[in-house]
Amino acid sequence: MSFEMAEAILLTIATAATPLLIAALGELVVERSGVLNLGVEGMMVMGAVTGFAAAQLSGSPWIGVLAAIVAGAVFSMLFAFLTLSLATNQVATGLSLTILGLGLSGMIGESFIGTPGLKLQSWVIPGLSEIPLVGKFLFAQDPIFYISILLTICVWWFIFRTRAGLTLRAVGDSHGSAHALGIRVIRIRYLAVLFGGACAGLAGGQLSLVYTPQWVENMTAGRGWIALALVVFASWLPWRVVAGAYLFGAVTIAQFHAQAQGIAIPSQFLSALPYLATIVVLVLISSNRRMTMRNTPASLGKPFVPER
Amino acid sequence: MRIELVRRPNPSALYSALSPLLALAITAALGAVMFALLGKAPHLALYSYFIEPLTEVWSIHELLIKAAPLILIAVGLSVCFLSNNWNIGAEGQFIMGAIAGSALPILAPDFQGPLVLPAMLIMGMLGGMAYAAIPAVLKARFNTNEILSSLMLVYVAQLFLDWLVRGPWRNPEGFNFPESRNFHADAILPEIMSSSGRAHYGFVFAIIAALVVWFTLNRTLKGFEIRVLGQSPRAGRFAGFSYTTTVITTFLIAGALAGLAGISEVSGAIGQLRPVISPGYGFTAIIVAFLGRLNPLGIVAAGLVLALSYLGGEAAQITLGVSNKVSNVFQGILLFSVLACDTLIHYRIRIAGPARAE
Amino acid sequence: MTDAGGKKVASETLLKVEGITKIFGTLKANDGVDFDIVPGEIHALLGENGAGKSTLVKMLFGSLQPDGGTIYWRDSAVSITNPMQARALGIGMVFQHFSLFESLSAAENIALSLGGDVTLSKIAAEATRVSHEYGLPIHPDRLVGELSVGERQRIEIVRCLLQQPELIILDEPTSVLTPQEAEKLFATLDKLRAEGKSILYISHRLEEVQRICDRATVLRHGKVVGHCNPRDETAKSLAAMMVGEDIHSIERSEISAGPSSEEPVMVIDGLSQPASSPFSVPLSGITLSVRPGEVVGIAGIAGNGQSEFFEAISGERLQDKGSRVMIRGNEAGRLGPSGRRRIGAAFSPEERLGHGAVPSFSLSENLLLSRHASDRKAYIGPLGTIRRGALTKTLERIVKALDVRKSGYDPAASSLSGGNLQKVILGREFDRSPALLIANQPTWGVDAGAAARIRQEIIDLARNGAGVLVISQDLDELLEIADRIAVMSDGELSETVPAETVTRETLGLMMGGATPEKHHEERVATMEAGQE
Repeated sequence: MSFEMAEAILLTIATAATPLLIAALGELVVERSGVLNLGVEGMMVMGAVTGFAAAQLSGSPWIGVLAAIVAGAVFSMLFAFLTLSLATNQVATGLSLTILGLGLSGMIGESFIGTPGLKLQSWVIPGLSEIPLVGKFLFAQDPIFYISILLTICVWWFIFRTRAGLTLRAVGDSHGSAHALGIRVIRIRYLAVLFGGACAGLAGGQLSLVYTPQWVENMTAGRGWIALALVVFASWLPWRVVAGAYLFGAVTIAQFHAQAQGIAIPSQFLSALPYLATIVVLVLISSNRRMTMRNTPASLGKPFVPER
Repeated sequence: MRIELVRRPNPSALYSALSPLLALAITAALGAVMFALLGKAPHLALYSYFIEPLTEVWSIHELLIKAAPLILIAVGLSVCFLSNNWNIGAEGQFIMGAIAGSALPILAPDFQGPLVLPAMLIMGMLGGMAYAAIPAVLKARFNTNEILSSLMLVYVAQLFLDWLVRGPWRNPEGFNFPESRNFHADAILPEIMSSSGRAHYGFVFAIIAALVVWFTLNRTLKGFEIRVLGQSPRAGRFAGFSYTTTVITTFLIAGALAGLAGISEVSGAIGQLRPVISPGYGFTAIIVAFLGRLNPLGIVAAGLVLALSYLGGEAAQITLGVSNKVSNVFQGILLFSVLACDTLIHYRIRIAGPARAE
Repeated sequence: MTDAGGKKVASETLLKVEGITKIFGTLKANDGVDFDIVPGEIHALLGENGAGKSTLVKMLFGSLQPDGGTIYWRDSAVSITNPMQARALGIGMVFQHFSLFESLSAAENIALSLGGDVTLSKIAAEATRVSHEYGLPIHPDRLVGELSVGERQRIEIVRCLLQQPELIILDEPTSVLTPQEAEKLFATLDKLRAEGKSILYISHRLEEVQRICDRATVLRHGKVVGHCNPRDETAKSLAAMMVGEDIHSIERSEISAGPSSEEPVMVIDGLSQPASSPFSVPLSGITLSVRPGEVVGIAGIAGNGQSEFFEAISGERLQDKGSRVMIRGNEAGRLGPSGRRRIGAAFSPEERLGHGAVPSFSLSENLLLSRHASDRKAYIGPLGTIRRGALTKTLERIVKALDVRKSGYDPAASSLSGGNLQKVILGREFDRSPALLIANQPTWGVDAGAAARIRQEIIDLARNGAGVLVISQDLDELLEIADRIAVMSDGELSETVPAETVTRETLGLMMGGATPEKHHEERVATMEAGQE
């Protein structure tokens, strides 16, 4: 493999990893508050279609990015209203968010199928991007890559270094105790879900404005679900999400390259790799029962209804 | 303004019965708004969506064809969901059932006779079971999240089917179309009343499955065991019921029924394997299961309603020129409404002012 | 209102409530409650389980809103809409079921109830200072999930003190302490009173209230039935105010046959097991036998391995070999709960909802939970069908035998009060006349009438020839019903001693013998060796 090719591969791995990283970070915050939102795929695809449409209509990919964030956030509020205000089952409600998102995005995006998209331009930092091998990877990326790195640091700092983050963890650990102390459990969870939705929307926008600048129905192709798996893989720690996302990015890119090289394995088998890898990783992580038990937010997925 | 929930001491029987109907009404209302926004007359749209398909006999047959897989899958899912096993990979089990059952007429086209069809159906069920066993064993043995593993396997199954019909199972006389050979006559699931329409025996299987599962869940110790473990695993362990056995049993039941749905669809409605054999039945069945309140008899009714949404989508596309994607939107709204209305069964809802009056 | 005073009543009241009312559905949990607290007093709020004490203090702390009545703080009417506001006024609370976060450190737990941006290290230092000052040792950096119940309570108290409250509410604080630990708590409370703080002390333990409280308000069925100076009353007169009717005293005949003459109905031989999760207790070398006709009691502070021990004997967790647990001469160590029930054992767990019963299921369905294997012929028909008629008949029998109060013919388990549900869960086992009964905390959170009834049934079952093992935190209960008593501490069980030779104090010393935290490191080591 040539040097230039290694450089190019690193660059594409980052592009494939970024949406997973952003969506998983959002979901991590949601789950840290004790809520399991299985609607990531739905929010992501809504972000993708809205971002694409807004960019088309306004002519600016940045408007597209903003619209994607807003779409994900608004869509997540549907989930929040049902699970938090009406105490519905979180698993079922998350699923319905995904089902609705896939349907709605298909309907909105129908007229955009085949339209060439607008691509968010990369920010190349002069000088630094000339560093061999890692220069392009670190300093000649699209803006959302930089946002994802910044977001990782912010999420880590927020969760472990701020009072609000402590409150978030407390709510996820025991909503009953939190309520008894006067912490506004429902409000904090609304905010967490909103943040998760915004992240999923941004991740979707990255897909339709950077990764493959076009609209294809169901273009998220299970990435929302992989992001959910990454949160488990990372045992709810932000820096491990980065590791997981880049691992999956690498699997995806390796698979593309293998197909391009004409390796004698049917393309379908290669395409199945990320999904199979997800299962393998989940099995490896979850079979370590002790570690999973220690890190899982104790009230994850349990509905909370305060006594009146 | 704030919504407050007040728990009822006993679940409300009234709202248990009323909540699915309420959900349908909400969905229809939201649908009307949606059509108005799309610039269509709401009453005409709703008519062509929900009434028109029921006005002709052949169309009712089509309804049963669509309802059969939905009911079969949803009945199996209800067993899983009641036992708190979130199998959302029924779409994959459906596909694998279809593949396993089709192996016989595709690979051994010369083996014909009355044994072919029963063998195909059994193989289809086994295929679905085997595929459902993967997330079940991973959950029981390694504590792996079944939601994610069963869903990932859907993508894998779709790719596997795609590979088969473009590769080894492609019809040698098919001009390179990505399709398998057509099934011979003995491999076709017969129609119930061929004089009036295409509905095949898949619907009969669905009704039988619903009755058997309903009886098992509500009248037998095994069903009791499944429900107890779903409600409180600890009480189930105290009762001496096995968690692992139940995880695996419920997944196998769901897999068998999804597999049966898959092979019935292929041998009854399609007649060959294609790259895509399901318009998302495995996911729509999740909605059917909830709309039917996880009760197999309710699921029969719910399956017919959701089947109608598929037909209505096609009809509306022709008569109104709206996208058939509207069906998926309808289905999503319906599931949301069902879940929201189910809150009324366990809680009274109170609207409180912004701050408490003192 | 009686100004009963072993103490001079200050001119200013700190807190006064007038006509407080709270309604849940059709139940009046509090009905026109009046009382007041003056600075520098320990005021008792007495009442049995279900009298409305917890509801009342939740309203004082802002967790619940009253439906009527007024709260006065320093003579001005206030509305306390949330706990933050209660704390700002100067009200602190130590909850019975702690409001702590197991995955967070002690210091983080304390930080959560303090406003502002104080750093964790400052909070830890401050907490350590307060804990020394009041004799409440805590470790600020340890995760709460790893701590003993006693230390968790100390964290709650320190957290409360750091907010400089004027009024401290303690909800049943001694229910989780040994008598010796309780003494230390009383010393702390005395010190606080001397500093001029007021304490609202909620309890149903009369001796304690008589010892440390200056005044008492007694609640019954949500109403105030009297104010008094507990020191002027006898335990009997206080009990009469609390309960309002005569509780049948328990009749306990002597064991008829010499107990040693008969074969034991259960023998546990060297039972050890590693902890199954980071927060559970390993068991080591438990040996015990229960003979027919006797009640054996196991005392101990919650969280010392009692639930793990219960799950080991009930078969919810299997043993390494069959002979570890012998039931009526059968090797039962490798049998699950159903297998053990078939050879005559019966079990009643501590947690009623979610362990002993499925909350959303009807009572008759809940009967099947523990009877489907032992009484298969009676309740299960051909094809595995459930005989519902037989179940409802059994339910009627149990309801009649134990006087169970319920709404409707066959309501959901969750709709019953604690005492009535406990009657059903134990009645389900009494009804089959088992040879062996294991009951974990049989009267925990149960009202006095139901508790007396349950204790009598337990004794009667034993005197009719069954062996009974009762695990309880309530020493008075064990002294009342048990023939022999052993103490469980940090997963180990002491020798049994005849009940007539021990007192609360001696048992307390045995219970405090090994504090759980001392063995924590070993426990983690055992677990790591034993798991995976």
